[in-house]
Parts: sequence; structure tokens; C-alpha cells
Amino acid sequence: MEKFTQHNGLVAPLDAANVDTDQIIPKQFLQKTTRTGFGQHLFHGWRYLDAAGNDNNPEFVLNQAQYQGASILLTRENFGCGSSREHAPWALQEYGFKVIIATSFADIFYANCINVGILPITLSEEIIESLFQQAKEKPLKLTVDLATKSVETDHARFEFDLAPFHQYCLENGVDSVGWTLNKLAKIEAYEAKMPAWQ
Amino acid sequence: MASTLYEKLWQNHIIEEKADETPLIYVDRHLIHEVTSPQAFANLKFHNRVLRHPERTIATMDHNISTRSIEINAAGEGAANQLRTLEKNCKEFGIELFGMGHKNQGIVHVMGPELGLTLPGTVIVCGDSHTATHGAFGALAFGIGTSEVEHVFATQTLRQTKAKTMKIEVKGQVAPGISAKDIILAIIGKTGSAGATGYVVEYCGDAIERLSMEERMTVCNMSIEFGAKAGLIAPDATTFAYLKGKEYAPKGELWQQAIEDWQQLKSDPEASFDSYLTLDAKDIKTQVTWGTTPGQVTQIDSVVPSPDDFTDPVEQDSCRAALKYMGLTAGTKITDIAINKVFIGSCTNSRIEDLRAAAAIAKGKQVSPSVDAIVVPGSYRVKAQAEAEGLAQIFIDAGFEWRLPGCSMCLGMNDDVLSEGDRCASTSNRNFEGRQGRGSRTHLVSPELAAASAIAGHFVDLSQFNQQVQGA
Repeated sequence: MEKFTQHNGLVAPLDAANVDTDQIIPKQFLQKTTRTGFGQHLFHGWRYLDAAGNDNNPEFVLNQAQYQGASILLTRENFGCGSSREHAPWALQEYGFKVIIATSFADIFYANCINVGILPITLSEEIIESLFQQAKEKPLKLTVDLATKSVETDHARFEFDLAPFHQYCLENGVDSVGWTLNKLAKIEAYEAKMPAWQ
Repeated sequence: MASTLYEKLWQNHIIEEKADETPLIYVDRHLIHEVTSPQAFANLKFHNRVLRHPERTIATMDHNISTRSIEINAAGEGAANQLRTLEKNCKEFGIELFGMGHKNQGIVHVMGPELGLTLPGTVIVCGDSHTATHGAFGALAFGIGTSEVEHVFATQTLRQTKAKTMKIEVKGQVAPGISAKDIILAIIGKTGSAGATGYVVEYCGDAIERLSMEERMTVCNMSIEFGAKAGLIAPDATTFAYLKGKEYAPKGELWQQAIEDWQQLKSDPEASFDSYLTLDAKDIKTQVTWGTTPGQVTQIDSVVPSPDDFTDPVEQDSCRAALKYMGLTAGTKITDIAINKVFIGSCTNSRIEDLRAAAAIAKGKQVSPSVDAIVVPGSYRVKAQAEAEGLAQIFIDAGFEWRLPGCSMCLGMNDDVLSEGDRCASTSNRNFEGRQGRGSRTHLVSPELAAASAIAGHFVDLSQFNQQVQGA
């Protein structure tokens, strides 16, 4: 996993609540056995006017000229709800998103983001609302710093919460499987004490 | 100190809990399927790691299989590739697989419980968000992503943040004709689509205790639809009677030991929860979703809401967007909404009792000429039983298509998809935009209401249904 320390990027404001993983990556694109090839289908139902994905929907935020090259997705509550498909963060990452800022995230999606190296940031409704206003008005660039757990615009700075272990994993690109395999003795000790029916 | 059921399950599975590290918990049972496992197997091989406990892992084919043929190729090239990859991986790593046409094959959350793979007091995970279903047995069960599938393969453990606890009590008794689906949709209607994010929910109260295991699974299945990490129901005599003698359940002396342990699995009377919600069962009516999240739900005798019915501007926007997508006008009576497709199936409502309930409505009647209706049993065992009981024939005689088991139109990964503009009464769990097909419109309902709507061609008040059909 790539290390995450600091990121400066353009914000794309996706103004919707409860964006589910079926919207992020629809089921017809889940038949791959690789982790790649999903970015082109990101938000397919909203992004394209046709099923084949040739005809861009000009009303969709990611198709608008001022948001080209965006790497920070700004959205609202309960982002990533629904299916557990990790294809959703894979698609977001392949498209170019490194940070997602929302009022809240669905649990499984949040864990999936950490595991693929996307930084999910939760900020208050009030701050999110002000960021939406700014990002819709003119191009908004943010600097996200993991060490200080902060987001900076030209004139404001916000801090966010992140579990210490999640921070450590993102900062160091930790292979979480390898990390746990170092604790094999503890796992074996647990297994030795399990009741026989379990 | 008094503990909740969740806290007991958590405590029983903690391997390591220390400052600055997400706690490590043990996983007793890992269920896998073709869609979310291939990349996990690939990484395992890439790192040259072993799969720690193949005997704790069980695979089935369900998500993208055809419901018309048991041929792997019938599901199309991409699906066939995933199914063959699963076959190859299971062989290589020594995992038991219920492949195409196997007597144990079925939707992962139907198959696990009916085989006794789902046991109280265990931690069960699967790369599928509806894993919460297994919480009906008092198991801590939740969906995981593919990186976590890989973590379980290699270590038989997971890193999990401890959740908050929510107690949802459904007091009293539901009215006749009110199903488990109506109970859970009514709960989601109260909490909203993210009302339990960060929580593990325990369902309790008279109305929950009276439910059969099939009904309890329907309730727990949809826990994820209001954001809950997992849903739990304390195991009791109903649970034990269901599991006794099941193929993979403990036998003999082990069964006795297990029962003794399982009887401890309930929240202590003095245990306190982080949040509480109480519903009166008698107030719950037949539910129908009108929008594009399960929380956008109302009752059968109501009307499609207007954005003005909400105070929160974000909810108003969501309502506006949902009405536009669903092609609905505020104020329309729910019973005036015509449907042209019906899907009875999915890990929410494809078990034998669901099919019995739908068949009881369909018996001797005819599907409306304006409706295409399919019934997809949840597993080969359910299919065989439904055929033996004559339910399949009832459906066929009434004009429903009787299909082979699979996830089918719940997510439409195979060819069971709706067309643009189709309006479907569906017993599944998600009414998201495009879920059942690009531009399709889904209304989540109980098996009873799905069957009645297939016959009437629109939603109907079940209490008046028989009179209406006779009068027509």
C-alpha cells in the first residue's frame, strides 16, 4: 500500500447524502478478478447518459470542466452505504481520489478505504456546508496533512479525528496481514482455549 | 459488571486489545462467494501465504449465477470466469465449495444457517454486507471488504473497532398479516438509513421473541440498511430447536456443551446500552418503500410524501431526487402505484416460510397480465422443499416463473435485471438507484405483499386483498 503523508488537491463537490456503493460502482462492473479496471466505471449511472458509458452527462459534477483533475471528493452523510464491495474504493482510487471528506461514512466502506490507502475524513455538517459553498463558487484546493490530522484552505484550518492505528497504517503503508502474522503466538494461544464446539 | 450480548461475544473473541492498536478478534466461520474473493486469493498467492484454516472457510456460488441453468457458462463470460476462479481457488486451498447444482448450494446467508454452519456465540464474516443475517442466531456476524477477506484467510482474525450498542425493543404482538419484513422496514423508517452507523443492534421484546428463525433472519438481514455493524437476537429454545440435527451443527456431547454455553448468551437484565429505540408492534402496518434508500419507507394506507414533509434540507433534497428517479408524484396513494415486475427472493426473503407465505396468497389466483413475476428460492434445499410441499406448483399455476436458486434480481449481476423504467415489487433489501437494472425502480415489500401485488398489478392493502380479487 502506498504511504500517505500529505496531499494537496482539487475538491469535487458531490452534493448528495446516502451515496451507496451501487452508485459508486454498479454491479455490472463487478465481474473482474483484478483490483484494477474500475475507475472508468466510477459513478457510471450518474456519469454517463447511456449504458455503454460513451455519452457524458454534462450535469454530473465529475464531467464539469472546473473539476477535472480533482483528487478530493467532498460529499455528505452516510457516504458508501450499502454493499461491502471494496470495488468502490478501488474505483475511486483509480479515478484519482486520495481523500474523501464527508459528514459521515458507512462502517464497511470506511474500513475498506483505510485498507486501500484512501483517507476518509469526517468533518462537521457546518464545515462541510461551507466547503460545499466554496467549492461550487470557484475551484477549491485543500491541503490535507496526516501527521497533524488537519485540512487547510487558504483561510481556514480544520482538524479531524482518526484512530491511531489507522493513522499509523496510512502513514507507513502497513501490510496489515503481515502485521497480524507477527502475532501468531497470540492467535494460537486463543485457539488453544476455544471450546470444542466453536 | 452487567454486559450486553454484544459485549459478551466481543469479550469471548478478543485476542489482543491494546492502546494505539485496533483490537484483534477471532473469526470462527468465514463464508465466501465468487465476487468478493478472487482478489483476496490472488494477494494471498502473491505474498506466498497459507490459508490458515480452510476448514473454517466455506464457499458457495450465488451472486452472479444464472437462475435458468446450472451451467457455469449460462451466466455469461465474466461471471463464468469468476465462478471458475472460485472453483480453482477452493481446490488449491482445500476449501469446501458448494458449486453449481450441489445439494447444499444457495445464497450464502440462506445456505449457512440451514446447514448449521451458523452457530450462536460465534463470529461469522463474509465479503457481503448482508452477513448480519446470521446475527439471528446470536452470532456476531458482519460484512467485510476484500482486503479483510484476505486478512481472515491468512490469520483467521480481523481488526475491529468496538461498536456502540443499541437496544431495539418491539413490544407486544403484531397484527395478523404483518410480517418480519414489515417489522424491520418500520424500524428503518424510524431510524433513517444511517441511524445505527457505528452500532451493533440487539433486537428484543415480545414481537421479536415470537418470531421463527426464518423471520429473525429477515429482521437481522436488513440491519445494514440502517447502518448497523451487526444485528443480534439472543439465542433461545427456538434457535436451539432449529439447529438441532443440522448437518454441520455440533452433535452428541458437543451439542450439550454448546447448549450450556449458548444459554449464557443474552444481555444481563441490568446491562446498559448506548442507545434505545422502542416500537409498539400493534402500530406496525404493511410497509412499502417509495424512495431510493430503505429508510424512505411508508405504510400501505399512506401516500407518497412530499419534500415539504421533511424539515432537514438534505432530506428534502433526497426526497426530491428520489421522487424524480422513481417517477412518483407526492400525494399519490401507495395502493394506486402500478407495478409491472415482481421479484420474490434474496437473502432477505427466499426461505421456505417466505415462499409459504407468498404461495398462500397466490394459490388459485392469476398474476396480472401486466406483470412479469419470478420466484427464486434461496437454496437448493429450499427449492426441493418448496417443490415437495407443492408451493412451486402453486406459483407456476398462478403464472409466476419458478427459477433456480441464486441472488438473482436482488442485485442483478446475472441476466435477471429490470429494464429502464420498470417498476418492481421486490422482497429484496435495497431500493438503490439502478440496483436491479439501470433506470429501474424498486419498491421493497414483504413476500405477502409482493405476491398480492403481482396478482392485482398494483400495491394492495392485504386486509382488503381477498375481497378485491373476488370482486374483480
